[in-house]
Amino acid sequence: MMRGASRTDWVLFALSGSAVALMLLTLVGILVPVFVEGLPRIDLVFLTAQPSADLVGGGIWPAIFGTTLLTLLMTLAVVPAGVATAIYLTEYAPRRSRLATVVRAAVHNLAGVPSIVFGLFGLGFFVLFVGRGLDALLYDPADGPVWGQPAVLWSSLTLAVLTLPVVIVTTEEALRAVPHDLRLASYGLGATRWQTIAQVVLPNARAGILTGVVLAVSRGAGEVAPIIFTGAANFLPYLPTDLRDMYMHLGYHVFALSTQSPNVDLARPTLFATVAVLLTLTFSLNLVAVVLRARTRSRAHAR
Amino acid sequence: MTERADAATVEKASRPAPRPLGTGYRAPWSDRIAEAVIRGLALVSVLSIALIFVFIAKEAIPLFFEPEAQQEFGGLAALFSPRTWPGYDASVFIWQPVGGTPKMNLVPLFVGTLKITVLGMLFSVPLAVLAAIFVSQYATRRAREVLKPALELMASIPSVVLGFFALMVLASLMQDTLGLPSRLNALVAAVGLAIAIAPVVFTVSEDALSSVPRELAAAALALGARKHQVVLRIVLPAALPGIAAGAILGFGRAIGETMIVLMASGNAAVVELFDPTSSARTVTATIASELGEVTPGDAHWRVLFLLGSLLFVVTFVLNRLAVWVVEALQRRWTAGASR
Repeated sequence: MMRGASRTDWVLFALSGSAVALMLLTLVGILVPVFVEGLPRIDLVFLTAQPSADLVGGGIWPAIFGTTLLTLLMTLAVVPAGVATAIYLTEYAPRRSRLATVVRAAVHNLAGVPSIVFGLFGLGFFVLFVGRGLDALLYDPADGPVWGQPAVLWSSLTLAVLTLPVVIVTTEEALRAVPHDLRLASYGLGATRWQTIAQVVLPNARAGILTGVVLAVSRGAGEVAPIIFTGAANFLPYLPTDLRDMYMHLGYHVFALSTQSPNVDLARPTLFATVAVLLTLTFSLNLVAVVLRARTRSRAHAR
Repeated sequence: MTERADAATVEKASRPAPRPLGTGYRAPWSDRIAEAVIRGLALVSVLSIALIFVFIAKEAIPLFFEPEAQQEFGGLAALFSPRTWPGYDASVFIWQPVGGTPKMNLVPLFVGTLKITVLGMLFSVPLAVLAAIFVSQYATRRAREVLKPALELMASIPSVVLGFFALMVLASLMQDTLGLPSRLNALVAAVGLAIAIAPVVFTVSEDALSSVPRELAAAALALGARKHQVVLRIVLPAALPGIAAGAILGFGRAIGETMIVLMASGNAAVVELFDPTSSARTVTATIASELGEVTPGDAHWRVLFLLGSLLFVVTFVLNRLAVWVVEALQRRWTAGASR
């Protein structure tokens, strides 16, 4: 504190300081019980075995596999669209472009849509409209739904729409951090616009774009509300091998174990261990993003 | 493009019109294809937001035109007005969509949502703004570099984990210490919600506080103001629009939050606005728990999509409001003569 601080100075300092302390304490208060109760249950079998039919025994391998598959498919869908939008906004859109304004507003609003609304959208659009539409075009209705039912493909596309703003905003930031001189030098050497983007701008923004992808994966891996109706399964004794299969999911597993288990006390160790695995996954992804971002920032300052 | 460029060259042969960089030639095929693809993909987000609205409203709208649906739930007014249901003495609001007589009043769900959201805001906004004041005004640079990412790490906790935490840890803790009548209630859900939105409000508020021009604080200090006077009378008022935007974003997030309230609120549709210890059922939790069990196309299904449309519209408006507030802030600082 500074010299001549009055009592009000101290009160404000102490009050705001304790707000920070309380928030940090909450974070610790969440992490400690999760890992204290969860870690003893985690071993190689837990990570690699099938769960028992009541979800309590065995392991969580199908949930780990399902989450990975889901986010992988999501990444394949969201990265091209997200990166292209960011390229359009920073490299192509003229100043005061009306289209760019509309795109920016859409991205902003998309970021605020509640996750359960994405669930409704995924069911109404992907499963019922696109899926049933494909069935009507390609198959005999008597055979029952082929594409028109909840599946890992529809979940991942729903999550791709949900994470689109994350990728766009982070990539745009990364592209803007590439010095304008580099573009000028490239044009000066006779490169075309696309050559400049593909060979100068994008390689220089690589770390920033990767940050966006990692953040999107972290967000997508933890969302449960959008996948309840679009493909996540309570219990599946086999791994998904087809885009049309349903799948198990770490977050959904946490939800199912904590709300639908007949004996909560029996399920407790497995539940805490699953949360520990999910939190480790999202936190390590975010840590990677923080490190990547710090590296891009220090490089930008070094120039 | 080329025609216009030619005309300009003819008119001002000595000073050709400036063209965007990298376009001063007939672009090769690869460039034109790349540009077309990028422009097309840039429309995906616009298309998405439009499709989301269209496909959710599409399922809800027949509610108002289909005669069977009309008959089953009794028209739009029936969703919002109390009724003397068979077997009841007085007219009441009830949400009980499954059973012999489906009872669908949306009012209990709105009351539940409002109660949990307002409580969550009351817990989180003062805390987050105070924390933002500390990190932006009092913390040293080194402390700030640790505190900010640590608090932002909280924002990355999946909401299902916060729901689990509220359900398995907080609920028992709060029942024991506060002597609550039931384990799961609006208060537990509101605390869980507060943990989810505090980091959001913190991040936006901290950015707003740190971007107040340093000259303002320096001028006040030079005039002999004390630190708390600078913080409370100079920096805080200047950052208020940004903090308000953060609170609006937090409010939107709170209304739309699903997993925490689904797992921790008890989910009984009670019409009781002022008792935080009673159970509550929110709009989001209703959609999440009931959509899986309804037949596509029936009245209950359509009412759930109507709830989704309302959520979409409310959060859309809140988002625009936050953008508008932030733009007002930017105008205020760029309008100053010195910057």
